[in-house]
Amino acid sequence: MTWQPSRAVWMWLVLLAVTLALARWAGPMAVPGWMQIDMAGAVSRFMDWLVNTASFGLFTFKDLTRAIAQAIEWPYQAVRMALVEGWVEGRRSEARTILPPISWIGIIAIVTAMGVYARNWRLGLFVGACFLYLAVFGQWESAMVTLASILIAVPIGIAGGLVLGIAGAVWPAFDRVQTPFLDLMQTVPTFAYLVPILFLFGFGPVSALIATVVYAMPPMVRITTMALKSVPSEIRDFGVMAGCTPRQRLTRVLLPTALPDLMVGVNQVIMLSLNMVIIASMIGAGGLGFDVLNSLRRLDIGRGIEAGLAIVALAIALDRLSQAFATRRPGAAGDGARHMRWWVVLAAFVAATTLLGYVVPALQSYPEAWTVTTRSLWSDLVKWININYYDQLEAVKNVLLLNLLLPFKRFLLALPWPWVLALITLAGWQLGRGRLAALCLALGLFIVVNGLWEPAMTTLYLCGISVMIAALIGLPLGVLAASSERAGRIIGTGIDLLQTLPSFVYLIPVVMLFRVGDFSAMIAIVLYALAPAIRYAAHGLRSVPEEIVEAGAVCGCTRWQILTRIRLPMALPEIMLGLNQTIMLALSMLVITALVGTRDLGQEVYIALTRADTGQGIVAGVSIAAIAIIADRLIAAGARRTRRKLGLEPAHP
Amino acid sequence: MSYYLRAAGLGGALALSLAAAAPAAVESEDPIRMTLHDWTGQLVTTNLMARVLEEAGYNVDLVQADYLAQFAGLKTGDLHVAMEIWETTGREAMDEATADGSVVNLGSTGMEAIEEWWYPAYMKEACPGLPDWQALNDCAEAFATAETAPKGRYLGAPVTWGGFDDERVEALGLDYEVIHAGTDAALFAELESAYQRQAPILLWVYAPHWAPLKYEGEWIEFPPYSAECYNDPSAGLNPDAAHDCGKPRGPIWKVAWSGVADKWPGAAAAIEAFTIDNDTMGGMIARIDLDGEPLDDVVADWMDANEATWKAWIGQ
Repeated sequence: MTWQPSRAVWMWLVLLAVTLALARWAGPMAVPGWMQIDMAGAVSRFMDWLVNTASFGLFTFKDLTRAIAQAIEWPYQAVRMALVEGWVEGRRSEARTILPPISWIGIIAIVTAMGVYARNWRLGLFVGACFLYLAVFGQWESAMVTLASILIAVPIGIAGGLVLGIAGAVWPAFDRVQTPFLDLMQTVPTFAYLVPILFLFGFGPVSALIATVVYAMPPMVRITTMALKSVPSEIRDFGVMAGCTPRQRLTRVLLPTALPDLMVGVNQVIMLSLNMVIIASMIGAGGLGFDVLNSLRRLDIGRGIEAGLAIVALAIALDRLSQAFATRRPGAAGDGARHMRWWVVLAAFVAATTLLGYVVPALQSYPEAWTVTTRSLWSDLVKWININYYDQLEAVKNVLLLNLLLPFKRFLLALPWPWVLALITLAGWQLGRGRLAALCLALGLFIVVNGLWEPAMTTLYLCGISVMIAALIGLPLGVLAASSERAGRIIGTGIDLLQTLPSFVYLIPVVMLFRVGDFSAMIAIVLYALAPAIRYAAHGLRSVPEEIVEAGAVCGCTRWQILTRIRLPMALPEIMLGLNQTIMLALSMLVITALVGTRDLGQEVYIALTRADTGQGIVAGVSIAAIAIIADRLIAAGARRTRRKLGLEPAHP
Repeated sequence: MSYYLRAAGLGGALALSLAAAAPAAVESEDPIRMTLHDWTGQLVTTNLMARVLEEAGYNVDLVQADYLAQFAGLKTGDLHVAMEIWETTGREAMDEATADGSVVNLGSTGMEAIEEWWYPAYMKEACPGLPDWQALNDCAEAFATAETAPKGRYLGAPVTWGGFDDERVEALGLDYEVIHAGTDAALFAELESAYQRQAPILLWVYAPHWAPLKYEGEWIEFPPYSAECYNDPSAGLNPDAAHDCGKPRGPIWKVAWSGVADKWPGAAAAIEAFTIDNDTMGGMIARIDLDGEPLDDVVADWMDANEATWKAWIGQ
C-alpha cells in the first residue's frame, strides 16, 4: 500500500510552509480601528434595559423572572426541609424541631430499595454503600444539600428538555431555530452568563439552580428530538391506523417507544448537573461544592479531596441508578401487588427511624464519633511528593515548557490574523464547501471585530497542546482498553473517576507541584479531557467488523500489522469523534484554569464575572463557543469524509 | 410558617437563617440580607454582626454573593449590608455605588488592610538586604525560575484585584517578571509548596489573613504610598512614571443599601457602631483556618467574652 499524496495534501504542505515563514518574518498584525465593534457594550446596555426597563405593561420583565425564581424556591425549600434542616421553628438558641429531616438510615434504605426496584439486590447494595460512604466520611449534610439541588434541577431540566425536544420533533422549523442556541448553551462557559442570571433571578441558590438547568438541559432536548424522529414508521403508522388523536399518538405511542433513548438523556442531565456543583456553589448553592472550594481556599487538601470524592460517590450512585431505570424491564422486582407490602415496610421503616430520631440522636444524624477521615493522608502525600520529587518534576516541566509550550505560543501569536482566517475558511471550503467556509469565516471574524484575537490565539495554543498530549496518552490507553475486558474495566473506572471528580480538587495540588502558570493549566486540562480520547478509541477499535480482522489474520498479518493496518485505520472516524469531544472538554476547562492565572479567553470570561460585566463575559464566552464550533464542524466533516472513503457510510452529496 | 420557609437557607449551606419571631420590638421584621464572600475574615465579621443584630431582635439572612458583583444587588435593595469593602481593592466599586446615593458608607470596621509584596523569613539568608526594596534587584537571581531567568519571579494577585504591580516594576526599574495568580487559593498553594521546601518565593500577601500568621515572613518596604505618587508621574523617585511607591494601606469599610437606615434605623446604628481590631480578627481567623475550629464556636466565644462591647452597639 503506497501512499500517494493528493493535490490537497500538497496544497496544505505549501500552506504550512507559508505559515511558518509568515510567523518568522511577518509577525502579528493589529486589527484596524474601523473593524472593531463595541459588541460587549451593546450587550451590557441591552441587559441594563432588560433588568431596569423592559415591561409587558402590567408587569416588568424582572417581575417575571423573580416570580419564576419564587416558583423554584418553594419546592427547593421543601426538599431541603425533608433532607437537611427538618421543620424548625425558632432561632438558633431556642430552636424547636417540629419535624426532623428524614434520617440517614431512612435515606439509605430508600436508595437501596430504588436500586433493587430498578434492577436487583446487587445494585441496591451498591447504591446503599455509596450513600453509606457519605455518612461514614462525615459528608452527609453537605451531600444532602447538593442532592436537594439536584432533585430540583434535574426534573426542571428533563421537563424543559422534553417540551423543547418534542417541539423540535413536531415542527422542523423550530428545530432549525433552536439548534444554534443549543450549540451555544453547550459551548459558552457558564461563568459567562452567571452575571445576567444573578441580575434577573436574584442572589442565592435559585440562580445557581437556573444556571445548572441551562447547562444540563441541551442533551435532553437533542436526545428527545432524535428519539422521536427515529421511531420506526411502522409504529407511527400503527398509531394512525388505530385512530389515535395527535396527542394520543404522542403520549401513548411515540413517547413510550422512545423511552429507553429518553432515559439516556435523563442520565446526561443528572451527570451534567453534578458537573455544575462547584460553579453553582460559587453563587450560593452550598453543599459539597462549597466544601471543596472552602477547603481548598484554606489549603486543606485532604478535606477538599474528601468532599470531591463524595461528589464522585453521589454521581456514581445516581448514574448507575438512572442507567438501571433506563434498561429496566417491566415485571422486575417491585412490580405487582405482591410487592406492595415491601413498599409499606419501607415507608414504615423510614418513618420509624426518622421519628425515633427524637429519642436516639444517632438515628437522626450519623454520629460524629463514628466518622472516618483520610484527610491528613492526602495532604501528607502531596507534601511528601513536594519535598522529595519537586526538583525532578521541575526539570521535566522546564524541558516541556521551554522547548514545546513557549515556542508554540510564540508561533501562534506571531501569525497575522488575516492569514489564519484565510486558512480556516479554506479548510471549511475543502471539507464542506460554501456553507462551512462561510460559517468558519463568520465565527473567526466575530473574534476579530471584538478585539479578542490575542486571547483567542492563547486559547488555541493552550487547548492545542493539551489536546495533543491527551491524544498521545489516550490512544495507547484506548488500544489497551480494547485489548482485554479486564484492562477495559480498570481503565473505565479510572476515566469515570476523572470525569466526575471536580477539577478544582486536583488543580490546587497541581499548582503546589508545578507553580502557577500555563503548565499547571495544561495538566488540569489534559486530566479532564483525557476521557473521551480513551473511550472513543477503545469503542472504535472494538467495533471493527470481525470478518475484516479475520481476513487480515488469514492473509498472515502479525498482531502489530492487524492493529496498525486494519484496526486503527478502520477506527479512525471514531477516534476523530473522540478527538472532537476532547477538544470540547478542553475548551470547557478554560474557565477553571483561569483560576491558576492563564491569559486566554477563559481569563477574559472570569474577569468579566468578577467585574459583573455582562457584555464582556458574553462576548468572550461566545468567542470560546466560536472556536469550539469551528473545530467541531471541521472535524465532523472530516470524519464523515473518512467514513465514506472507508465504505462505512454510503456516499451521497 | 410560609415566611420562614422562604427565608430558610436562602444562601446555601452557610446562609444560616436566623429569621424568627423577634422578642424585642424592632422597626421591621423583614430580614436584613447581609452578604458573605469567600474569605474567612469576612465570614467572621458578618456572622458576628448578624448575631448581634439577632440579639437586638432583628431577622437576618446571610447570602453568598461575589465581592464586586454584590454592588448591583446593594444598589437595588436586593442585598442590604456588606461588612467588608477593602480600601485597597474595593474603593472604585464603592465610590461608583455611593455616587448616586443608593449605597451608603457606614464607616470603618476598625481593621486596617495591608497588601504588599511579601517573602518568607528564610529568604533573608539569600538576600540579606531585605526588607528594603532596593535589595530586590541584587537578589533577582535568587528569586528567578527557568521561565523568568535572569529576572526574578514575583507572584502577583489575580488580575481583577488591581494593585498596579506591572506599573510598579516598570517605574522602580525592578528586574522582576510579574506572574498573576488566578485566585487567592492558587496564590497560597504556591506559598505553602515553597515553604514546605524552604524554596525561594516572592509574592503578594494581604492581612488580615491566615497566611502571615501561619508563615513567618515580612513585607517588602517600598517608598511609602501617597496619592500623588499614584496619580502624578513627576512625584516620587521616578520623575517619568506613576506608581513608584508601595501600596496604600487603608480601612476596611462597611457599606449598606441606603434604605437600611429608613427601614431598620436601629440596625443601621448598630452596624455603624461595629468595630474590631486586626489582632482580634487575626486570632479568630487563625482558630478557624489553622486549628480547624468551627466558625460558629469561634464567633460564640467572642460574643461571650465581649458582651459589654456588643451590647453597647445595640444600646442595651
